[in-house]
This record gives sequence, structure tokens and C-alpha cells, in this order.
Amino acid sequence: MPLAEVMIGVMWAGLTAYVLFAGADFGGGVWDLLSGGAASGRRRRELIEHSIGPVWEANHVWLIFVIVLMWTGIPGVFAAVASTLYIPLTLAALGIIARGAAFAFRKVSTELWQRRLFGAAFAFSSVATPFFLGTVAGAIASGRVPAGIAAGNVVSSWLNPTSAITGALAVGTAAYLAAVYLTRDAQRAGEDGLAEEFRRRALACGAVVGLLSAAGLLVLRADAPRLFAELTGGRALPLLALSVAAGLVSLALLWRRAYLAVRLTAALAVTGLLWGWGVGQYPDLLPGVTLEDAAATSSVLAATLGALAVGAVLLLPSLWWLYATFQRDRTGPPHERGDSALRNE
Amino acid sequence: MIVQVMADSADAGLGAARMQMALSLGWHIVLACLGVGMPAITLIAEWRGHRRGDPHYRLLARRWARAMGVLFAVGAVSGKILSFEMGLLWPRLMGAYGQVIGLPFSLEGIAFFIEAIFLGVYLYAWDRLTPVAHMLSGVPIVVAGVASAFFVVTANAWMQQPTGFRLAGGRVVAVDPWAAMFNPATPPQTVHMILAAFMVTGFGIASVYAVAMLRGRRDRYHRAGLLLPLTAAALVTPAQIVVGDWAAHFVASNQPVKLAAMEGVFHTQRGVPLHVGGIAVDDRMRYALEIPDGLSLLAHFDPDAEIMGLDRVPVADWPPVNVVHLAFQLMVGLGFALLALSAWLALAWIRRRDLPRSPWFPRAAAVSGVAAVLALEAGWVVTEVGRQPWIVYRVMRTADAVNPAPGLVWGFVLVSLVYAVLTVATVYVLRLLARDRPVPIAPQEPDVHDETDQRVV
Ligand code: HDD
Ligand code: HEM
Ligand code: HEM
Repeated sequence: MPLAEVMIGVMWAGLTAYVLFAGADFGGGVWDLLSGGAASGRRRRELIEHSIGPVWEANHVWLIFVIVLMWTGIPGVFAAVASTLYIPLTLAALGIIARGAAFAFRKVSTELWQRRLFGAAFAFSSVATPFFLGTVAGAIASGRVPAGIAAGNVVSSWLNPTSAITGALAVGTAAYLAAVYLTRDAQRAGEDGLAEEFRRRALACGAVVGLLSAAGLLVLRADAPRLFAELTGGRALPLLALSVAAGLVSLALLWRRAYLAVRLTAALAVTGLLWGWGVGQYPDLLPGVTLEDAAATSSVLAATLGALAVGAVLLLPSLWWLYATFQRDRTGPPHERGDSALRNE
Repeated sequence: MIVQVMADSADAGLGAARMQMALSLGWHIVLACLGVGMPAITLIAEWRGHRRGDPHYRLLARRWARAMGVLFAVGAVSGKILSFEMGLLWPRLMGAYGQVIGLPFSLEGIAFFIEAIFLGVYLYAWDRLTPVAHMLSGVPIVVAGVASAFFVVTANAWMQQPTGFRLAGGRVVAVDPWAAMFNPATPPQTVHMILAAFMVTGFGIASVYAVAMLRGRRDRYHRAGLLLPLTAAALVTPAQIVVGDWAAHFVASNQPVKLAAMEGVFHTQRGVPLHVGGIAVDDRMRYALEIPDGLSLLAHFDPDAEIMGLDRVPVADWPPVNVVHLAFQLMVGLGFALLALSAWLALAWIRRRDLPRSPWFPRAAAVSGVAAVLALEAGWVVTEVGRQPWIVYRVMRTADAVNPAPGLVWGFVLVSLVYAVLTVATVYVLRLLARDRPVPIAPQEPDVHDETDQRVV
């Protein structure tokens, strides 16, 4: 049934885009949290805010894209996942509210205490949200979400070793991607000191994420042996290898300050991990439920994929234009540019 | 209403899920309406400012764009929660019928992307684009906003008039997603909703400037801020009344139980009177003003037409009559009140090219935004509570759709707290925006700079 495969592929591509773009937004929040006091961290926070301001709304639409494709394309799986994992999903949803709202509020507030309050909400939810979403991934990967409505344990399904490590990995990946992207943004803004700083952070964070991934494999061996076997010896091995290789190359590129190239390899490392999971688990979505069992009728898949194809024709050039408009080189650090007036500083 | 809905549901989880859904939808819809309407009204102001070189309009456009940035962010996050909640609260609905209503939601996703992308450009690239290019970047936001309202309401319309699938042995088969999307309820509901969005935005923005006028700020800037959105809303209102009538006729012929609840008709009969006001006690309408044969006439253009009463269906299938009846009365009453306000403005404008002079005019305009929001919420209560006990009309009961997992009540408590905080913070930040000066400038528009000591309220 190729339509179902195309659909799940498109969904996974959407998930990848979500992790790469929105993940970096979350990571920006993580670094905001670690930016130090209001005065000493100001320039860091400004850079972060400036980088994610225009694009964060669009970045987060990918999540909606994935959710909607899930309930359209594999409705039974969506129902099983949402009903069993409603606790981490509710917490992630609340984190999304807090994060988006606080970010927008902070941007227009002027008083220090307001900026601190909203900034704290933004930063804390930037850590919590990817963590909970990561535990959801861990729950699915370790086969703890059975088919059926609320058939799994509502607590242990997401409080377990695999979920814990995937949650941590999600936060780490987000922070790593953000640090990598921010090096280049800082460099382009002429903030070489900041670029250096984020380079060091990216290096450290990349090492941590590498270690977390290795630890994750060990956990999988004990907790999800089938997925582990696929990742280390089966179909998914090439993808895992790609991820590891790209991760190592990224560290080297960071070391040599090749900030543009490292964007690509860092993204590749994360992509390899995600697709390794997907390929390793395929064709099972939930224990005993294959893609074929779960897929919606072909009329639905055809209509949805057709609509998305038409949509892509509109979207891809627009997205390109959005990123291009704000990545164009401009002179001067962000706070001296005209648009900073819009942010009312 | 809260108490009644809670009491209606045998099970606390079901009650909590329904209240949580109603809270998040009722919250989101206000922001969504602004998301649909504000880009259009802001663009009109920007265009007038550009064409006439009028700094007042430019400044208004800028202010509204800034507020839009905040409102859009809050609207978007509150919408994301809804997508989660469809699964968290109603997994059986989505598990069975997710594929049937998936298409409009996928299309909506595309519309959201377009909206978010062009909003990013519109808000942040004011100084990077020429004025005309900047205004053009706003057009896709308007189109996508209206489109997204259309798409999501088709999904709701499907819950009222489910079509486009068959059930065979408990499984959904032969799905035709296009037929589901273009179900019979789609035309009246979507049109009514989109017009409501423009009314809410128009009256809503006008209210802010009306309040400023009541506080003595009657200069050109504040007049323009009142007049432009109020005119837009006043143009939409008469059309909305006609479309509301269409929606009511549709309900009369397709969801007779809902009509019976809206009008408090307990016994099937001919020549049914129209009840204005009143309350149902022991299966009878009391204290209502009765217009003889009114309902038969309105619903079927025939004073002797038969109207189905609630007696034709088992009590277990009744929606809560008082909630639906009062909500309907409220919506229609407010609709006519807003029509009167629109007519007042139109008369004064035709006679003297000016706002009405009466001090009651800014007072009325100041409450019109609240009235429009109330009408909007009341309308949704009619639609959604009137559909009960069905989540999918005559196909699936709400009680059969809910997530059976334990602890939904706590989720509801938590979500309510978050929404309370969110509401306070949003109002607070919007007030900051209204007060604060200087208004942000853009290098390309130095003339706006000179006007920066304008406050809104
Ligand atoms: C500013 C908002 C507003 C105003 C002034 C009106 N409505 Fe309305 N109405 C809505 C906003 C709304 C709404 C919130 O947008 C609803 C809920 C669902 C929908 O599609 O539209 C709605 C639903 C709705 C329904 C239920 C449709 C259904 O269940 O399928 C009926 C029968 C009417 N309306 C009728 C009217 C009439 C006769 C009005 C004339 C005064 C009127 N509405 C004014
Ligand atoms: C945004 C405007 C809307 C508002 C204000 C609104 C309002 C409400 C209310 C008050 C309820 C509770 C009814 C009750 O339990 O008695 C409800 C239920 C519900 N609505 Fe809506 N609704 C809106 C739009 C939609 C849309 C567009 C959809 C779906 C596409 C939808 C899906 C649902 C579902 C799934 C429930 C829960 C089941 C139920 O109680 O019937 N609603 N809504
Ligand atoms: C169950 C019902 C609904 C769901 C699941 C839903 C979902 C969403 C989501 C996910 C977003 C965020 C998009 C983004 O990330 O940018 C959103 C925003 C929006 N929604 Fe809803 N929505 C619902 C009801 C409605 C209704 C009834 C309308 C009709 C007016 C509407 C109109 C909009 C608009 C115009 C936006 C974008 C503007 C803004 O965010 O302020 N939605 N919605």
C-alpha cells in the first residue's frame, strides 16, 4: 500500500522539520535561561530574540502539521497515543502556551521586571516542553503504548528509562541546534564575541548529546531490544552511522569555525537519528499494529496528499522567502538596526 | 450553565472534558476572530495612510500591527492546544472519524503556514520592503485567515451534518473526504462565522477608541481609529442578520431537536408561537413574550406550519433547553442591537458626514465590542450545546467519545488555571501597548515619528 507509506514519510518529514526548526527555537529558550543576569545576559538574549522572532510562528506550525496528519492518516494510532499519554501531552501543550505567549509578551514589555517575568516563563517552558514531547517519543519507541483507547498505563508509559533518556535527548538536541545556528547569526551580526561564546557552548553541548545518544542506545538494548537490534545491525544501521559521522564532522567544523557548514551537518546528525528510529520501527507503529492496519482509507490518503502537494507549491517558495528575508546580511549589530525600534528597546 | 453541564454528565471525567473543550474553544474563538479580521482592517488603514499620506492612519496601522503580533501569538498557541485536545479529550471521536474530517484540518494547516509566514514578514520587515510590497505581503494573511476559518468550521459543520462515509460492522468505510467537508451545514455555518469574525474585530477595535473618546480624546487620530473599524463592522452587520436567518432556517429543516430547544417547543404542533425571553420550567416555557404563529412563520414561511417538539424524541436525547434557548435569545438580541448602532452611524454619516453627536453614541460604541463577543460566544453555545447529547449528530454520543483515562478533572483544573493567568497577562500586555509611547518607528516612515506622542486610551 504505497499511499500509506508516502503519507507516513511525509509525516516523518514534517516531524524532522519540526525538530530542526522548532527544536532550535526551544534551544534558544534554553540558552536564554542560561544567559545569566539581566545585564550580563542582555546581548545574548537580544541575539536569541532577534533570531527567532520572525520565524517562530512558522516553525511551530510543523507540529500541527504532524498532529493533523496523524489523526487523518493513522487515526487509531493517534487515538491510542493521545489517550494513553494524555499527561505528558497536556503538560507539553501547557508548555507551548506559556512559551509562545511569554515570548510575545516579553517582546513588547519595557520594564525590567516584566521582561524578567515573561522571560522566565519563556525559558522554563522551553526546557519543559521538549522534555515532555521527548518522553512521548520514548513511550512509543519502547512499545509502551498499546492499541486501543487509554489501554496503556497512564503513568509508567512515559515515566520509564527510555522516556527519560529521550526526554533529555530532546532538550539536549534542541540546545545543541540552537547553539550551532546562533554562532552564525552572531557572526553575521558582527558580534564575534557572542559567536565565540556560542561556539564553545555548541561544542560542549554536542559532546553531551553524543554521550546521551550512546547512553540512549544502552537503555534501548535493555528496554526496547527490537528497535535496538534494528538500529545496530538491521535496516536502520546506515542511518545511525550517518548520524554519528555527521555528529563528529560537526564538532570538527565547529572547532574550525566553519559556522555555515556546521548548520548542515548538525541538522544531518539529528535527521539521521530521527529517521533511524522511524526505519527501525517500521512497519510497526504500535505493538501488533502495522502501518497497513492503521492507515486511513486510500480515498482519504489520496485527497490529503493531493491537497498537501498543492499546498507545498504555495508554501515552499513562501518559506524560502521568509528565511531569505531575515537571513540577508545586514550591517551592524541587531540593537543598532532600524528594526530594533519595532521591538521597542 | 457550568453547573448544568456538570450535572448532566453522569461521569466527572466527561463533564470535565466538556468544560475544558468549551473553555479552550471559547477562548480561542475570540482570538481567532481577531486573527481573521485584524489583518484586513489594519491593511485598510495602512493603505489609506499610504494613499493620502495621512500620518494618523499610518500610526493606526502600526499600532494595530503591534497588537496583532501579540494577539496572533496567543491565538496560535491557544489553537495548538485545541489540536492536542481533540485527541486528549475525544480519542474515540478522532480514532473513528479523524480520517473523515482530516482533510479540512490539513488544508487549514497550509493556511496557518501561509498566515504565519507572511505575518513574520509583515510585522518584522516593515523597514525592509517598499510600502507597496509591504502592503502586498499583508494580503496573503487576510486570505489565509478567512480560509482557515472556513476550513475549521467545515469540520464543525460535519459534526452537525455528518456525511461522506458509511458504517459497516462498526468500521468507517467508503470515506469521501470532500463530501464530508462540503456537507449541507457548511455553507450557512462558514459564512455566518466569517462575518462574525469581522463584526467582532470591527466593533472590538472601535470600542477601544470609543473609550478614549469618552475620556476626552476627540482628536482626528482617535476619530479615525473609531470610524474605520466601526464602518467596516456596520457594513457587515446587516448581512450577518440575513445569514443568521439562513442558519436558523437550516437548523429548522435539518436539526429539528436543536430548533425545539432554541425556541422552547416541547409539543409538536401547528401554528407555533415565537417565544421571546422566558425560561423552561417543568417542560413548559414560562414568562415568555409570545408572538402568535411567529415561529411557524419564520421557520417555514407559513403561519400554520408544523414544528417538531421535543416530545418526538426520548428525554435522553434532549439538549439542555434553557442554555440553548437563552443563548439564542442573547445572540439575536445583540445582533439587532448592533444593527441599530450601525444604522445610527449610517444615518448621521448620510446627513452630516460626521459621527452622531449624542453622548450616547460613544457609549454605545464602547460596549459594542463586548456585545459582539457575547453574540459570538452565545452563537457557539447554541450550535454546540444544541447538538448534545451527540458529538456527531445522530452518529456518536459525546459520552462515547470521551477519553476514559482517570484524572481528566485535574487536567481541567490545570488548564483553567493556565487560561486564567493567560487572560490576565494578555489583557495587561494589551493595555501596556495601548498606553505606551513612543510608538515604534520605521526609518522609511519618518512622518510617523512626529506623531508618536499619541496614546490610545
Ligand atoms: C457577532 C456574532 C453573531 C451575531 C450578531 C449573530 N450570530 Fe448567529 N452565530 C454566531 C455569531 C453571531 C456564531 C458564533 O458565529 C455561530 C456559531 C456557529 C456558527 O456557525 O455561527 C452562530 C450560530 C447561529 C445559529 C446556529 C447554527 C447551527 O447550529 O448550525 C443560528 C440559528 C444563528 N446563529 C442565528 C442567528 C440570527 C437569527 C442572528 C440575527 C440576529 C444571529 N445569528 C446573529
Ligand atoms: C471556536 C468556536 C467554538 C466554540 C466557542 C465552541 C463551543 C463549544 C462548547 C460550549 C462545547 C460544549 C458543549 C457541551 O458539552 O454541552 C463544545 C463542544 C465541542 N466542540 Fe465546539 N465550539 C467551537 C468550535 C468547534 C469546532 C470548529 C469544532 C471541531 C472541528 C468543535 C468541536 C467540539 C467538540 C469535539 C466538542 C466536545 C464534545 C461535545 O461536547 O459535543 N467545536 N464546543
Ligand atoms: C476544534 C477547533 C479548532 C482547532 C483544532 C483549531 C486549531 C488552531 C491552531 C492549531 C492554530 C494555530 C495555528 C498556528 O500555529 O499558527 C489556530 C489558529 C487560528 N484559528 Fe483555530 N482552531 C479551531 C477553531 C477555530 C475556529 C472555529 C476558527 C474560526 C474563526 C479558527 C480560526 C483560526 C485562525 C484565524 C487562526 C490564526 C489566527 C490566530 O492565531 O489568531 N479556529 N487554530
